[in-house]
Amino acid sequence: MQADTARYLASRLVTTALIVFGAMLLLFTLSSIVPGDPAAILLGPQATPEYSKRMISEMGLDQPIHIRLWRFFANVASGNLGIDIVSGRPVWGMITAVLPYTIVLTFSAIFLAVITGIPLGIFAATHRGSVMDSILAFISVAFIAVPGFVIAIFLLLIFAIWLNWLPVLGTSRSGDWLDEFRRMILPTVALSLGWVGFIARLVRTSMLEVMGENYIRTSRAYGLSERLITYKYALKNACIPTITILGLGIGRLLGGAVLIEIVFARPGLGRLIYDAISERNYPVVQGAVLVVVVVFVLVNLMVDLSYSAIDPRIRHGSSGGGAA
Amino acid sequence: MSVLASLMSTLRTVCSTLTGAVGFAIVLVVMVCAIFAPWVATHNPDALDVMNRFAAPSGAHWLGTDHLGRDLFSRMVHGASVAMQIAILAIGMALTLGTTLGILAAYLPARSERFVLILFDVISSFPSLVLALAVVAVLGPSTGIVVVIVAVTLVPHFGRVARSQTLTLKNAPFLEAERILGASWPRLVFFHVLPNILGPLVILASMDIPVVITIEAGLSFLGLGVRPPLASWGTLIQDGYQYISQTWLPVVVSSVALGLATLGFTLFGEALRDAVDPRIGREH
Repeated sequence: MQADTARYLASRLVTTALIVFGAMLLLFTLSSIVPGDPAAILLGPQATPEYSKRMISEMGLDQPIHIRLWRFFANVASGNLGIDIVSGRPVWGMITAVLPYTIVLTFSAIFLAVITGIPLGIFAATHRGSVMDSILAFISVAFIAVPGFVIAIFLLLIFAIWLNWLPVLGTSRSGDWLDEFRRMILPTVALSLGWVGFIARLVRTSMLEVMGENYIRTSRAYGLSERLITYKYALKNACIPTITILGLGIGRLLGGAVLIEIVFARPGLGRLIYDAISERNYPVVQGAVLVVVVVFVLVNLMVDLSYSAIDPRIRHGSSGGGAA
Repeated sequence: MSVLASLMSTLRTVCSTLTGAVGFAIVLVVMVCAIFAPWVATHNPDALDVMNRFAAPSGAHWLGTDHLGRDLFSRMVHGASVAMQIAILAIGMALTLGTTLGILAAYLPARSERFVLILFDVISSFPSLVLALAVVAVLGPSTGIVVVIVAVTLVPHFGRVARSQTLTLKNAPFLEAERILGASWPRLVFFHVLPNILGPLVILASMDIPVVITIEAGLSFLGLGVRPPLASWGTLIQDGYQYISQTWLPVVVSSVALGLATLGFTLFGEALRDAVDPRIGREH
């Protein structure tokens, strides 16, 4: 048992390392085919050939590819993500400056999705077949199907432009918490609605599944109250798939956050990547994408491990089915 | 029962629920617009008429015009065509590649199988939209890149299902009988395995259509996918969004089109799954 757990842990760690390695390799390959000369962009059109040559050798761009690859890995390992070719600032600093915005937005969205999705799912499961159940089912699909940035645009249009209830764009610069909170409302709602639908549906299905199990029937036969059965036994087991989905969700939420940040003109990783792309500022894109991949992979790993801690039955051979 | 008859009966089951019927109706409208775009559209989608910009809906322009005076209805119709082309191309590629890898994995020795599975894990562990941003940053925005990225991210999706389906089938008595009778490996795969696992894969493909439409629209909205002036729902929303403070009509019209299309395809795909095999594609 112990040995199995250790092996499972080891295999998950190896996969995680492989994914990060693959991501870095891919980003490096992309950087070696990036059109245009980063030294030229950095120096501007007035650069003399000699000066730009010196710049190139300073940046290590004249080295053979395997040395550059090795350097890239060594640099990343020591927390050096290169320098921004437009402003000359270290990329790592630029990322850490905006990362909190994206993380706060992502986690508020997850939080909102969980606190609304789970009750809706419980309601639908306990009122199975009612009109409200059908309405909730339709609303859930609609939330899942309609892209988040479309929802964002509608929220913006309705609450900020037509009704003028909430501030339109950006974040609060003054450090005013109340103002910042108000500015967070629309982006958070836009990002979370799809997950509200997902979670509501998932909780409903898993609860209905669990309610049919023998141990629930036994608890009923023992005379346990319906309330206790629903909230203690059924809900607990219904939460397991929700946690997995959330793990997978972080990645999609990060992707979705890019679009939401742009619609609402909020600073964040997505905004950083987007602006860097329009400036052809590849080191920034590279660093930011790498950070997103690492965050995503680590969250997945954590979710996976917590998943097997909650339900010891699912521990090994998870790489097999895939459809779980 | 012939293929056509069984198809008709599946469709009948799909349409027997309200959501399935609504989904099918939307899918049908989108498909008609996509296939017959030049005939459905009332104007040339790229014809400029700057004097007539932001025109209100009228008999001449059913949904009004955009910031360059282009007919919004016609652009939306052509947007359907672009969305469907990208969806079909990307999903076709993912389906082919994923199925090949999935069947291969099921037949390969354990070590190689493990490698394919790790490959699937690695691909699905990438936040695909963000990866797409990195690729576009280097290669520049283009429709082809969108198709390839979306296809690659969907490969594990099909690969895993193809593999698990093949595994359940692999030791079936009829395949064993074929093998003993001397059927070659390609014959086994193409005539026996493939037809038996194709059903779930096709349903999965139909459920992926809204996903692809969303990714394409998202990238195009950022100006990183389909290039203007080509009308895609994403670029239409982008155009409208830029002028949102002047007029809300273009952005609302194009967002509604996109939202309805993804909703329709999702409803249809789910009804199709429930009609054929409710266990497929539950992982998301």
